[in-house]
Amino acid sequence: MSDQAVYQGEHQTVIQTEGLTRRFGDFLAVDHVTFSVEAGEVVGYLGPNGSGKTTTIRMLLGLLRPSEGSARVLGYDVVRQSEQVRARSGYMSQKFALYHDLTVGENLAFYAGVYGIRERARLTEVLELVELSGQERQRVSDLSVGWRQRLALATAIVHRPQLLFLDEPTSGVDPAARRAFWDLIYTLVAGGVTALVTTHYMDEAEYCGRVGVMRDGRLLALDTPSALKQHAMPGLAWDVFTIVKNTIRDGGRAAEVSSAEHDSADGVSPLLVVLNALQQCPCVLRAGLVSDHLRAITPLDVDEGILRQRLAEAGITDVRLEQVEPTLEDVFLALAGA
Amino acid sequence: MMMMFVIEASHLSKSFGPTRAVVDLSLHVQAGEIYGLVGPDGAGKTTFMRLLCGALLPDSGRSEAGQPGTTIKVGGYDVGKQTEQARAMLGYLPQRFSLYEDLTVLENIRFFAEVRGLSSAEWRPRCMDILGFVGLAEFVDRRAGQLSGGMKQKLGLAAALVHQPQILLLDEPTTGVDPVTRQDFWQLIIRLVGGPSTSSRSTILRQAQDAYSGSTILRQAQDVAQDVAQDAYGRTEHDSGWNGQRPAVLMSTPYMDEAARCTRVGFMQRGRLMVEGTPAELCAPLNGRVMELAGRPQLLLRRLAEADEGVQNVQMFGDRLHLRIRQGQSEAVLARLQELIPRQGGQIVRLRPIAPQLEDVFMSLLEREA
Repeated sequence: MSDQAVYQGEHQTVIQTEGLTRRFGDFLAVDHVTFSVEAGEVVGYLGPNGSGKTTTIRMLLGLLRPSEGSARVLGYDVVRQSEQVRARSGYMSQKFALYHDLTVGENLAFYAGVYGIRERARLTEVLELVELSGQERQRVSDLSVGWRQRLALATAIVHRPQLLFLDEPTSGVDPAARRAFWDLIYTLVAGGVTALVTTHYMDEAEYCGRVGVMRDGRLLALDTPSALKQHAMPGLAWDVFTIVKNTIRDGGRAAEVSSAEHDSADGVSPLLVVLNALQQCPCVLRAGLVSDHLRAITPLDVDEGILRQRLAEAGITDVRLEQVEPTLEDVFLALAGA
Repeated sequence: MMMMFVIEASHLSKSFGPTRAVVDLSLHVQAGEIYGLVGPDGAGKTTFMRLLCGALLPDSGRSEAGQPGTTIKVGGYDVGKQTEQARAMLGYLPQRFSLYEDLTVLENIRFFAEVRGLSSAEWRPRCMDILGFVGLAEFVDRRAGQLSGGMKQKLGLAAALVHQPQILLLDEPTTGVDPVTRQDFWQLIIRLVGGPSTSSRSTILRQAQDAYSGSTILRQAQDVAQDVAQDAYGRTEHDSGWNGQRPAVLMSTPYMDEAARCTRVGFMQRGRLMVEGTPAELCAPLNGRVMELAGRPQLLLRRLAEADEGVQNVQMFGDRLHLRIRQGQSEAVLARLQELIPRQGGQIVRLRPIAPQLEDVFMSLLEREA
């Protein structure tokens, strides 16, 4: 890549925060957050609305002063050297900041101008990278969401940033477009760029090398998706299948069938009956529906015998229990949902 | 039990000029189902929903010899001929739901109820039940513009439920909604659909109350739900809700983890329904054919995996790769990579078969089409 020299960061640690804190009046938006990100990482940030993700990004971009603590980005102090930080960082907002009345080419030229980029060659290069070559004259209002997303990325990288902030970048785009977008991000990362991505979606978090979970301004965990599933979950995950006994057809053997087709006498889905029982169970932290079965989260000290016994006490016996690896969503809801 | 289809669409087509948005689409949904419609942008999902609610008219069915004609029925009513009755069966939450931001929650509900032709005697007693059900009972006087994104979505759902529809059409209902709120939203959908088929709304509300009493997320809604449920018990059976049928939900979603929660999933592309089935049925052809590979250096691993003839597709997921293997070649690929990667100076941390996800299915379908 011709940009290699520019992309190569001099600093191994791209983001380093120490007790980073922001208050709005009495409200603690970001609460003593300490973490670091190394060059070439893709770090995801998961958290409910209002958990402090965007406030953190605004402080890291030097747009908002920390109330306490400090942060260095690309080796620069975000308070005293915020212009240097911004000149070397790209930001793509979920509400793609594009001019709908302008064309693809005009939008890109506008952002390039803002960053003082004058070479036509760079614009051509960026459009090629996001696979929008030949679309320069298209108006943004005529583009699909997937294309707008790629144009928004183009405007965020036109000045060759070493660090990219992506705020819910693929909200509402289909899996194929999301995958193509992430291949682009990985291409940039292979060229030395570091990315920090906020998202609401577990599908998307799975693309990140490390994932941080935020709640109420605090960073509760930051690790690889695999490690989060193996170690960060303060409980066990269970798949719960309902069994409908069909003694006539199968000569007394229990046959499992799709529960949706077999309703109990009062017309209530057996899944819902079991879901209610699970949610009332003192040893169940959370329960929900997953297609044709249920998922339950229990404390670590609950084994199959205990769970079976508790369900039997609620009158539920025809279930099959299987302990499974938690999903990222299980981990997230266990940490951030409470 | 008789199969009762509440959505019956057969040989449906819709063109906009030269663009064929929906092509000879047939899709049936039963009461009590949550049907997830997935597919790339522009596949025709939204157009199909608009056809179902009669906002768009289908291209006229060709009833030439041997050509089956077009049918769209919801709740047993022909959308084209009995439009009013059909619409009365439907609740529709479009992708961009228009609320009146200057009106309060209650005023919005009132507006949507009256648009639906409900008299005040009909919607008033009902609306507090529904607002309790979606967890907005304590916000009745708040202006819609002051609600959070998740609460707006719940108000949209309440507005779509106010006339107690048999069928709910939800067009990407959770896009941009945070995961905790999405969990709430799903709990509501499950309770709505899984509820009783013959007894009254009060049972649903009792279940909602039961659920809230066990839920940490919705603890604050507990008291409200209790009041609402108690109130509902006091009513006579004739004003009970969803009469005789469990509701069905048809929703579109770009998120495969959500599609996996549906009882059935249909995959649309270029206006056609390519395949449908339960998530387990859709994943079955890929059983044993998806492998997770983690190790270093990742670029080497990726290159070697992509070069293997038995590997159909390699996708990077942060610290690991997912490999889709050609039918019947899993063992051979496993053996080859275990030998080749160390020989090329790489290190395998993990190489194991994993359960296929709907996303793997989605991508393999797209490739097959391409």
